[in-house]
Amino acid sequence: MLNTSYQDNVLTVFLSGEIDQHTSKNLRPEIDSQTEALRPHTLCLDFSNVKFMDSSGIGLIMGRFRQMSLLGGSLKITNLPMNIKRVVQLAGIQTLGVIK
Amino acid sequence: MNIVNSMELKIPSKSINESFARSVISAFLLQLDPTISELSDIKTAVSEAVTNCIVHGYRDTGGMIYIKGEIAEDNTIIIKIRDKGKGIPDIKKAMEPLFTTGGEERAGLGFAVMESFMDKVKVSSKEDKGTTVTLYKKLIRAKYEKP
Repeated sequence: MLNTSYQDNVLTVFLSGEIDQHTSKNLRPEIDSQTEALRPHTLCLDFSNVKFMDSSGIGLIMGRFRQMSLLGGSLKITNLPMNIKRVVQLAGIQTLGVIK
Repeated sequence: MNIVNSMELKIPSKSINESFARSVISAFLLQLDPTISELSDIKTAVSEAVTNCIVHGYRDTGGMIYIKGEIAEDNTIIIKIRDKGKGIPDIKKAMEPLFTTGGEERAGLGFAVMESFMDKVKVSSKEDKGTTVTLYKKLIRAKYEKP
């Protein structure tokens, strides 16, 4: 069950635990169904409580970036812990301008 | 290289075992008192290699994943992750960043992460026989205490 908040047209998803290929398989449809239902202007993925992420998380971020672009909205990524920031930077996500 | 300690793990290629494999390697390495950053790097690299076995090696079949962890006397850790799956036809291409055969939600960064987070990555593969990835990293602070 996803922990989310929706305010001022911003859907915030509070991710937690470990993001790998196994967990991202479940996260993906859960996030997508909420964005499709609410059509927010911004989807914000909050990483404060994420303890681990491998490149499956990059796939998850890129997929949500594409989905939000298709819906005419934007993606924001916040509170990246240091160990996860390294994976994100390796993938060049910072060039998309989504990291806040 | 003189090996002072080792472990072996054999697990089915189920995605739920990705976190299990990371945790086992992490527990094995704790005896070296690694830094948080070293441990995080190694766990991430192991996760990438195990995911590759599941998503690519055993894509259509399923099978066993064989993991061997070793600690060398000079505090280098060596982790071998092997599958008996379909193999990689072109290793050079597979190791290029962003190359993937895993569909649009795969980033194609598995090998790039392994190479960036470890000191050395060796890949050997044979089509329809399987793939072995060997990860090397020398821990800076660690000092293996001889029993």
